[in-house]
Amino acid sequence: MRKWRCVICDFEYDEALGMPDDGIAPGTRWEDVPDDWSCPDCGAPKAEFDMVIVAQAA
Amino acid sequence: MSAVMTTTRWHDPKRYLWLLGVPVMLLPMLGGWLVDATGLSLFWWFMPLIVYLVVPVADLLVGEDRNNPPESAVADLEKDRYYRWAVYAAVPMEYATLIWGAWVAGTESLAWWEYLGLAISVGMVTGISIAVAHELGHKTDPFEQWLAKIALAPTGYGHFYTEHNRGHHVRVATPEDPASSRYGESFYAFLPRTIAGAMRSAWKIEKARMQRRGLPTWHWRNDALNAWAMTPILFGALIAAFGWIVLPYLLIQAVYGFSLLEVVNYLEHYGLCRKKLPSGRYERCQPTHSWNSNHVFSNVLLYGLERHSDHHANPLRGYEALRHFEDSPQLPNGYAGMILLAYCPPLWFAVMNRKVRAHYGGDLTKANVVPRLRAKLGAPTPA
Repeated sequence: MRKWRCVICDFEYDEALGMPDDGIAPGTRWEDVPDDWSCPDCGAPKAEFDMVIVAQAA
Repeated sequence: MSAVMTTTRWHDPKRYLWLLGVPVMLLPMLGGWLVDATGLSLFWWFMPLIVYLVVPVADLLVGEDRNNPPESAVADLEKDRYYRWAVYAAVPMEYATLIWGAWVAGTESLAWWEYLGLAISVGMVTGISIAVAHELGHKTDPFEQWLAKIALAPTGYGHFYTEHNRGHHVRVATPEDPASSRYGESFYAFLPRTIAGAMRSAWKIEKARMQRRGLPTWHWRNDALNAWAMTPILFGALIAAFGWIVLPYLLIQAVYGFSLLEVVNYLEHYGLCRKKLPSGRYERCQPTHSWNSNHVFSNVLLYGLERHSDHHANPLRGYEALRHFEDSPQLPNGYAGMILLAYCPPLWFAVMNRKVRAHYGGDLTKANVVPRLRAKLGAPTPA
């Protein structure tokens, strides 16, 4: 499971947690997050996220 | 006929109007020229005369434009570099006016009310330039990010660059946001809260960012520090060139400039509030969480900033592509007229409190209200 960080506002998308408020189940991989999804904090599109290197948990 | 129309390329009717934001930056110089031409020192106050008298009337007369660019045209609009250059060009004009003002303040013997009028006129330009910096600072291009900081330097509001994207956009229309005004809060109560709150928040954000990068807080990569640092360098250079007599001019225009930004902040989200979800997060920012204005005249002068509802819901959308939404709450005039109202709290409350109540169907527990009213409404205090 990896984490992704929004370059505009620093919001982190954690694959382990998903984004249940947006209908994205825990464990959803970044590749499977819909392309029209955007940062829940600042609204930046998916393309504006950067990957944060964290230890691969599994 | 209509089939032909739909297949032809869409043309932006405002394309060349967006250039008007550039000469606006030079209006104080026109005022100085009018002083020379007419001998009337009233023209040192040219900029406030235009913004507070001419623009609200022009907004009333020219009216609104609720048209949106068709979705099919948006990608081309955002790719068109012309719209970016129309913004870049405003920054050298801002500096031309600031330096001209310092030269006048340093070389002409002005009466105090003339000196003050000059400083306020220039402060209006450097304040409007925060709207330019705002448009630039939302982009991820390093050139635009630097230009944003340069545009902020005259007002000493460099931290806006950090705070706006990473603070304000995240917490907009919640009680936690220093730059979202609350129902029942006057502009004069909002002003110190937002100034202090924005600085504190920007510092916290940069400190955390530096820590994450393994750098000390006091480092040139700290975006609050490197943006702030431009101001003393700029002011120092102007004092060295024109003498200490320009220091009050520089301070007055800076304070007036950032206060102009803050009065605009005041009217952009007044009383509007996002719902807190069971997860503890706030609902996504929707167009209904910002007041919108479609008044053409002032929108063109401010690079579409008044189409604020779409901006907050879609912050990376370029100004030329911002849309009007029927369900977003609408301001009764453009920003210039609304600023005048905000300066007179009883008038502001008389007009806007009714609009907030109407927006929430009379249920103020859904609004962002001042703490004393929140207690009275029995609404839970947000954590």
